[in-house]
Amino acid sequence: MDTKKGFDLFILNQERIVLAITAVIFVVASFGLPGFLTPDNLVAVVRSVSVLGILALGMAVVIIGRGIDLSAVAVMAMSVAWYLQMLNAGWSEAGALALVLSGVILIGLVNGFLVAYAEVPAIFVTLASASFVFGYVRSQIITADAVPVPNGHWLQSLGAVQFLDVPVEVFIFATFALIVFLFLRFTKWGRYVYFAGDNPVAARNAGMPVRPMLVLRYTISAILSFIAGLLTAASLHSMNTRVVNSTLFYDIVLVAVIGGIGLSGGKGGVRNVLIGAALTGILLNTMTIIDIPLIYQNLIKSTILLAAIIIDGVLNPRDEQTAQQGDI
Amino acid sequence: MSFRERLQAWRYNLIPDHLVGEILTKRWTDNAIPFLVLVATVAAFGTSIPGFFKPFSLQESTRQLGEFSIVVTGLTVVMLGGGIDLSVGSIFALATFAAVSGFFIFELPVWAAFLMAIGTGIAFGALNGYLIGFRRLRAFLTTLVTFIIGRAVFDILVVNYGAAIQTSSASSDVWDFIGDGSIYRISIPVLTALALAIITHIALTRSRPGWHVLAVGGSRRSAHNAGIKVKQTVFMTYVYSGFCASLAGFLIACRLSGAGPGTGLNMEILALTAAVVGGNSLGGGRGSVVKGLMGAIIVLVMNNGLIRLGYGTGTNQMVIGLMLAIAVIIDIRWLKNRHKVLNEVYVAPVYLKMGETQSAVPGSASPYALNNAISKTDYIGLGALEGPEDVILDRDDHLYCGTRHGEIIRYFAPDYSRSEVFAHIGGFPLGLAFDRDGNLISCVGAMGLYSISPDREVKRLSAETRRSWTSVQDDARLRDPNDLDIAPDGRIYFTDSTKRYDAHDWALDSIENRATGRLLVYDPKTGETKTLLDGYRYMNGVCMAHDGKSLFFAESWACRVHRYWLEGPKAGTAECVIKDMPGYPDNINRASDGTYWMAWLGMRTPSFDLSLRHPGFRKRMTRRLPQDDWLFPNINTGGVVKFDETGRIIGTLGDLTGQSHPMVTSMREHKGHLFIGGILNNRVGRLRLEGADEGWTGPLSYWGERA
Repeated sequence: MDTKKGFDLFILNQERIVLAITAVIFVVASFGLPGFLTPDNLVAVVRSVSVLGILALGMAVVIIGRGIDLSAVAVMAMSVAWYLQMLNAGWSEAGALALVLSGVILIGLVNGFLVAYAEVPAIFVTLASASFVFGYVRSQIITADAVPVPNGHWLQSLGAVQFLDVPVEVFIFATFALIVFLFLRFTKWGRYVYFAGDNPVAARNAGMPVRPMLVLRYTISAILSFIAGLLTAASLHSMNTRVVNSTLFYDIVLVAVIGGIGLSGGKGGVRNVLIGAALTGILLNTMTIIDIPLIYQNLIKSTILLAAIIIDGVLNPRDEQTAQQGDI
Repeated sequence: MSFRERLQAWRYNLIPDHLVGEILTKRWTDNAIPFLVLVATVAAFGTSIPGFFKPFSLQESTRQLGEFSIVVTGLTVVMLGGGIDLSVGSIFALATFAAVSGFFIFELPVWAAFLMAIGTGIAFGALNGYLIGFRRLRAFLTTLVTFIIGRAVFDILVVNYGAAIQTSSASSDVWDFIGDGSIYRISIPVLTALALAIITHIALTRSRPGWHVLAVGGSRRSAHNAGIKVKQTVFMTYVYSGFCASLAGFLIACRLSGAGPGTGLNMEILALTAAVVGGNSLGGGRGSVVKGLMGAIIVLVMNNGLIRLGYGTGTNQMVIGLMLAIAVIIDIRWLKNRHKVLNEVYVAPVYLKMGETQSAVPGSASPYALNNAISKTDYIGLGALEGPEDVILDRDDHLYCGTRHGEIIRYFAPDYSRSEVFAHIGGFPLGLAFDRDGNLISCVGAMGLYSISPDREVKRLSAETRRSWTSVQDDARLRDPNDLDIAPDGRIYFTDSTKRYDAHDWALDSIENRATGRLLVYDPKTGETKTLLDGYRYMNGVCMAHDGKSLFFAESWACRVHRYWLEGPKAGTAECVIKDMPGYPDNINRASDGTYWMAWLGMRTPSFDLSLRHPGFRKRMTRRLPQDDWLFPNINTGGVVKFDETGRIIGTLGDLTGQSHPMVTSMREHKGHLFIGGILNNRVGRLRLEGADEGWTGPLSYWGERA
């Protein structure tokens, strides 16, 4: 264990390495790329990672508790698509929102219940629920891939709201980052997330409500996904459900893992999400400015994610004592 | 008999509930659910899709099935090894591209295109295997990422070279034959899939590498401790999966002669669902190639069926998601609760009304009246012995008895204070007998019939009999061989007390009270074991009559002694000679005066007799109460009973103090002394018999003077 608690600048950990790399890319891009270091572009960078960041916050809470939520993107896209579909069909604002929100919470509860009480590995539960949520909404509720935001709806205007020349998404991301930070840092249940993620059996033996906590985490993740979806719809004025089949999920994991949230659980926090989001945002922005085609961007991102996972495996080796048989 | 009791007797004795438990102990029940789902799926889609079973339609759909099941076979191997491979879709797509580009762009011969495809798959699999096996990364995430990398590479390649493939004019008969041809109307992909499935199955079940895969999947740590190279084994499973995916990719390359953005799309979740729906366990160790194939058929029929029935976009994903979730939940819950379910349903008591018995109260005029005759014996091996179920003495007066440690201990005459381990067998040696040549034959609980020669060579005589056709359970194995005796012609007659429980679960057998005890005979000339009688309630002691023409055997839970005729007009039949005893009989042995000694392991109690008339009560008892609270036969008071050839009871020796010999399972008369053993006792007792023949010994009675 790391016994040094003080702020020692000479100790290298993943967080600092990533921070350094981010800084280097930032500096190089600032000098090398025309149009990078403009206020508009920097705002665009922050704005582009806002949605990703909110999704990553939910994922971070789940990963710290030694889980993973592959259904985040599906919940994000399909819940909002359902919501917009209902609005377009003439539902009242409150009715549609209440129904969708209860649907989202239900998905979170079912995910959590299956992981906590049926003891099915999180990866399979959320893989199955992602497939189900997408398939159900796509085949039973909506009729086309993309659902537009109805004219005059508050989501349309939300996308245009700016505060001190900064889009409102950025503030929303900041607000949620603060809430999650306060939750993880200063509430009892927030601390339990770390204990349960570090050693679930010990946490349970110590009397923590490990199973209800699991359900809570997946529900938080689902709600944050819904909010991220609303922001996406606000800026794009529609929700394209094809995003479920895109690589967005890998971006989320990339943000969480690259910032230093160990996949074995119990490590990391909101700061890691912010660092991961910064690197990812700058990276994506730089690649777009250099005009790398999307398919090459995918290759680069996934290679970086692989490198991140390998480094994660070296820094946080799997513990034979607490790792369970079949923990894949 | 009251109507209620009659009803109980019908309900519990005629309905074979015990079969439920016996079926659940079978490994093949794991396959039952996927198989039923398979039949239901094929039936449902076969009837709702017109022309589903037409040969042409079948041939086309099975082509796709062949490729898909090859991929699933590879994934199954990875899952058996405790991993998972989500990158199969990418490997499949890349291998397809490799084959197509080799054939159409570089215009290579078919075999070279084949090698390119396979090489791609193996290289990709080796990357996965290195990261997961040697670097010990998480299989799911790692293959998820390599899947994305593979997909990105594939997309780039298709965008850049797709046009070149379209415009190529390369062609080959071999290529077309692999793509479209068939042998005996079975298409090439199906034949390949079958061959691969058979090879993989044999490799997994009958070869060293296959066993290593299963061992690693079953318990990684134990496999490592057993000296298996865990990392290499894991590595090889991913290489194999890459090989399988690329083989399927090559086949589809030949069939479609092209590669597009749709190649291998969604294959990972389909293959994963197939493997899990078929019943392969997540986390490894349990599963088979056949399960993977069943799952492949289910998923593909359902997937294609939904498309052909015209359901809209997304329906497939919904159904696949639902199937995956349900299959995984069933797998996890079943694995976790199987033994609990088994415990719940295995004990299936039957109804029995025990007959009225004569009193055993001390001082009553009954021949069964207990006394204190064996409360004062000379102890042999007190505190040093554990569980002398049977005792026997040889021609030199040495004493032999088995212990629960699987040993046979010899105490040396004349004072029996010195002892040695005569032989170590294992199991729990119960009944003992000397044959004509002085070999000690023993029924070893949980193992079988063993022979120990005078120079201590242990030899197994028999561990199985012929399996009966109607039994669900494998009743060829001897579960609880209990006692034996040897006929003058050398044949060994022995009992197997129960088919349903192992020796140490005898209490459960008494609570269930099902008649499954057997009398068997082992013929030393042919080495064969045959079942003579079946269907007795815990068949226990066996003893040859003094003339060697019949034998007596005890039926413990029914408190009866039967006589089985070896010769004469009644040969091959059994008749009951003593019934409704107040005690549970155990071993029977010869006495010097031409009569027989019988041990009582315990005494009947009114409460347990009553419970035998209430099977439902006993079933609830075993389900809801901890074992310590169960009602079972009283084994705190036993005794020794003497009876004659006709079954008349001569007298009873008891221990009312309960200190020396509370439970008696065996006694042996030797030169005017009675040697008493008990399976739960820690001593052998020696009792002086007044007026008994001082020269009489067992070996003399059986085999005469030393040859």
